[in-house]
Amino acid sequence: MRTELKRELTYAEALFEGTRSEMQRDSNVFVMGQGVDDPRGMFGTTLGLHEEFGAERCFDVPLAEDAMTGVGIGAALLGMRPIQVHQRMDFVLLCMNQLVNMAAKMSYMFSGAHRVPLVVRAIIGRSWGQGAQHSQAFHSYFMHVPGLRVVAPTTPHDAKGCLITAIRDDNPVLMIEHRMLHGVRGIVPEESYEVPYGRARLLSPGDDVTLVGISHMALECVRAKHLLSDVGINAEVIDPVSLSPLDVETIATSVERTGRLLVVDTGWLSCGASAEILTSVFEHLAERRAFVGRRMGYLPSPCPTTKVLENLYYPTARSIAESAYGLVRGKGAAEWQPPHADSLEVSEFRGPF
Amino acid sequence: MEVPRNDGTAERLYRTMYVIRRVEEEIIRLYPSDKIKSPVHLSIGQEAVSAAVCAHLDRSDYVFGTYRGHALYLAKGGDLPRMMAELYGKSHGAARGKAGSMHLVDVDIGMMGTSAIVATGISNAVGAALALKMRKSTAMVACFFGEGAVDEGAFHESINFASLKRLPILFICENNHYAIYSHVNDRLAGPGLVERARSYGVTADRVEDGDVLACHASIGLAIDSVRRGEGPRFLECMTYRWRDHVGPGEDRQYRYRPDAELDLKIKNDNLAALGRLLPSDVKHRIEVEEEARVAAAIDWAEKGEFPAASEIKDYVFAD
Repeated sequence: MRTELKRELTYAEALFEGTRSEMQRDSNVFVMGQGVDDPRGMFGTTLGLHEEFGAERCFDVPLAEDAMTGVGIGAALLGMRPIQVHQRMDFVLLCMNQLVNMAAKMSYMFSGAHRVPLVVRAIIGRSWGQGAQHSQAFHSYFMHVPGLRVVAPTTPHDAKGCLITAIRDDNPVLMIEHRMLHGVRGIVPEESYEVPYGRARLLSPGDDVTLVGISHMALECVRAKHLLSDVGINAEVIDPVSLSPLDVETIATSVERTGRLLVVDTGWLSCGASAEILTSVFEHLAERRAFVGRRMGYLPSPCPTTKVLENLYYPTARSIAESAYGLVRGKGAAEWQPPHADSLEVSEFRGPF
Repeated sequence: MEVPRNDGTAERLYRTMYVIRRVEEEIIRLYPSDKIKSPVHLSIGQEAVSAAVCAHLDRSDYVFGTYRGHALYLAKGGDLPRMMAELYGKSHGAARGKAGSMHLVDVDIGMMGTSAIVATGISNAVGAALALKMRKSTAMVACFFGEGAVDEGAFHESINFASLKRLPILFICENNHYAIYSHVNDRLAGPGLVERARSYGVTADRVEDGDVLACHASIGLAIDSVRRGEGPRFLECMTYRWRDHVGPGEDRQYRYRPDAELDLKIKNDNLAALGRLLPSDVKHRIEVEEEARVAAAIDWAEKGEFPAASEIKDYVFAD
């Protein structure tokens, strides 16, 4: 057991392992999506499953996101447990009708007569010129809708556990994966385990400011914490893991102590997850604790393709640290320019996608 | 085509069509009382298609329908009192008042629900057929939609996939000519619905309106083919809606369709024509029995309770 605990996998390997073990465990689990059985195997996360389990349980689909989502829902109504994968979340816009009007409504509208055990994996792209239509993050669109669960695991451990939870859930679940996370390594137990909904993860404790990082931004927040320690600021870093339901309690408890909250999203700010988190904490702490809060995320523009502009589009460890410093020290503090902190998963990414 | 006239089919179809017609006439009668606080899309004039298809289906087969779904729900064997209670918004309704007329469901008899977003149920029906094939089930799916749904990309994506995987599904396109007040000829280019379906490698035919028994027989052949594992079939069933797109009323005042067109359909009423084929005592007995069922269902709906306030949050998620 002790040796197993030390085993490291990449995020993509952890997703593969979780998928494979659930397919072994339950013959109703199957994978469908454009390219899931191709030689790239969805960045390795579905590689070879069609050979191991047969083409009926891991198959390519026509370029028809709307109907294929509906097909998954229809199969789920009869008790199958489809996992659908989208190489980019941008394509999930074509699934909105089925996810919002059908999947999210079936249980409620029919008063429990139907269940929709559907998992939709959506990969957010970044770097090496993904441009305006291969880089978008729409998790907040789905957080808006009652009846859908939205999870955004950051670590390989949580990727496997969240996926297993989602597969076993009788409800539709949207799982957000950031492409920059697929190669990140971490400790992953070999056995099957579930990561529960609505429980945020404390990545690193601190007392001066609460940094909440969504998906890939949780990594940048950890890097920002290291930068901040150089100027004597001890940041607490929290990964929400589950966006809907959201663990407001854990974040609010931290903010109650630090009095400062910086939410960093892998998405735009307007009506986004960061707005939701900030508001939820505000309501939770109302009349109990005043705090200062800020949001960071994508710039309010489409994503530019060229690297020099793309580098300005995303929050970085440096810009997060700078913002947190401002929150902690307030106006009139000595200016501080944090050093550059390299994000290897971004700088070394060579695509093509 | 040789159509058997003495095997009880006419009786069964008449009973189904009669109860659909009478339930909807009662809805029209009750509507001014404002006890049914929800839009209704009536099937009057279109009863034959649902009745004829479902006459060939088993309880274990599945159907998916649309917001114009009363006929399908009743034809598949959906519980009539629970339907009426659902229209009344009562807690003993088919979906405890959360569905109303547009989302009737009765999973126990394979009535998988209806959608108010045109064409969305089609891909769900194909998914159910996929599940049946994966499980090597002998059951099949019948998917109902109007000709307006063929305007939607979802139809084309769905029938392509069903054909590709040779799924056990019958596509029933009820062509009543109008999407609300928009005529099919103002919306569809090309050679027609049947040819469109054929272009996906699906055997497709048109079933003419008028002779319910002939319609029943044609549908039976298509269903036999699906059951033999020959892949999906598509039927364009010609039909006609007598009432307004939504609501209990007539719609002659909007002048979107010629009065003569509607008058001819009413004159050639499928239900009345079928009734004339039955011995009068048999017809009378069916009518008396179904009248009693309808009256009892309304009575049951009237007497039930509304849901408790606490139910508003129930079933947002499955447990």
